Amino acid sequence: MSLSAKDRMLARAARDIEPGMTVNLGIGLPTQVMNFVPSDRPVCLHSENGIAGVGGLAAAGQANRNLIDAGGGYVTCAPGGSFFDSAVSFALVRGGRLDLTLLGAFEVAANGDLANWIIPGKFAAGVGGAIELAQKAKRVGVLTTHTDKHGNPKILERCTLPLTAMGCVHRIYTDMAVCDVMPDGLHLMELAEGVTLAEVRDATGAPLIVADGPVPTF
Amino acid sequence: MSVLNKTTAMADAIAQIPDGARVMIGGFGVPGTPFLLIRELVRHGPKGLTIIKNDANEPGMGIDWLLQAGMVKRLITSHVGLNGNAVRMMNAGEIEVEFVAQGMLAERIRVAGAGLRGFVSDIGMGTLLAEGKQRVEVDGETFLFEPAIEADFALVHAARADTFGNLTYEATARNFNPLMAMAAECTIAEAETIVPIGGIGPDEVHTPAPFIDHLVAMPELPEVYGVVKR
Repeated sequence: MSLSAKDRMLARAARDIEPGMTVNLGIGLPTQVMNFVPSDRPVCLHSENGIAGVGGLAAAGQANRNLIDAGGGYVTCAPGGSFFDSAVSFALVRGGRLDLTLLGAFEVAANGDLANWIIPGKFAAGVGGAIELAQKAKRVGVLTTHTDKHGNPKILERCTLPLTAMGCVHRIYTDMAVCDVMPDGLHLMELAEGVTLAEVRDATGAPLIVADGPVPTF
Repeated sequence: MSVLNKTTAMADAIAQIPDGARVMIGGFGVPGTPFLLIRELVRHGPKGLTIIKNDANEPGMGIDWLLQAGMVKRLITSHVGLNGNAVRMMNAGEIEVEFVAQGMLAERIRVAGAGLRGFVSDIGMGTLLAEGKQRVEVDGETFLFEPAIEADFALVHAARADTFGNLTYEATARNFNPLMAMAAECTIAEAETIVPIGGIGPDEVHTPAPFIDHLVAMPELPEVYGVVKR
């Protein structure tokens, strides 16, 4: 995946972070979405280690040793931000105060199932906060490359790996497309610039429903 | 009316922890991890410990000192992804690891500190983490019973304390510390600064002193606390 395809995906996901939202960005790729949210857009960024109002990455030499985000990076606290303990942090999550979370995926399915924490026999480092984020945020977006490093689809009809949460995903952003999970299946909403419908169908492990007329690009 | 002075020598406080104890340790990554108390625990050397902590720190620091010293039988945690040594020991069967969803870990500790036996929730329903859990019917819906997690000892890190044991935390160093401080039979707090009574106003207190049994002064703030910027 070229840098520009990745940046386009991040920028596309950032467009869905609307003014006034309280948002949690998962560790890794999703965290980088914030770089594409205009700094004057009023957004409250939650980090599950106990911040509402993450400012951004701390400038070199300006790091506060007690102020990190859940991924371990030194961050700042935005004006209006607050700190709290882990029980309050997850009360905010489970209590339905998160308008949106963007998470990574090992696999995501056409029925909205998400698998992103364990690959039995290969990777099992613990679930962290992913289950509660996936299950309780009002809206869940998945941010992932369309295929794995071997070219296999990561979007499937049903997940093969143990689930993080059932039927939780609303929208999938990849380097090739934006897809929405709907009751009748997976809808192709947008194509990345320069990517064809045939290429996306080829790289997707589930049937895609496509509306009549030209597919918008991002 | 006067109050007790709970300051205790670090070695005396930690020497109470016997073989087989259940020990909660605060911290989420580096912030809030009581490294000096952990270092003293290694020096004291009890075996067969059950450690309850959000994460296993990183190789060569904090929880990893206990793992390397062979003191840990069981680790109850939300993830150990940043400590390859913990992953290796788990896969080799040298330690037992119980993974708990992060917010469930926090809440199970919180309710223990609140004198309750557990709570019901739908978190993890339909996933591996629900397997083996007791089911509870409430108004015709099925939930999972999440038992309280209590401990014999809690080791916590505070930014400031008064001599009675009122604590304040700084920024994201708060995390599990105030929850664990409430959930153990005996809570030992290390504090970067200890002030006289009155030095922390009643409205500023994050953890009230009655939850604290021993208060330990930190003679130094070693590099592991992140004083030196990475």
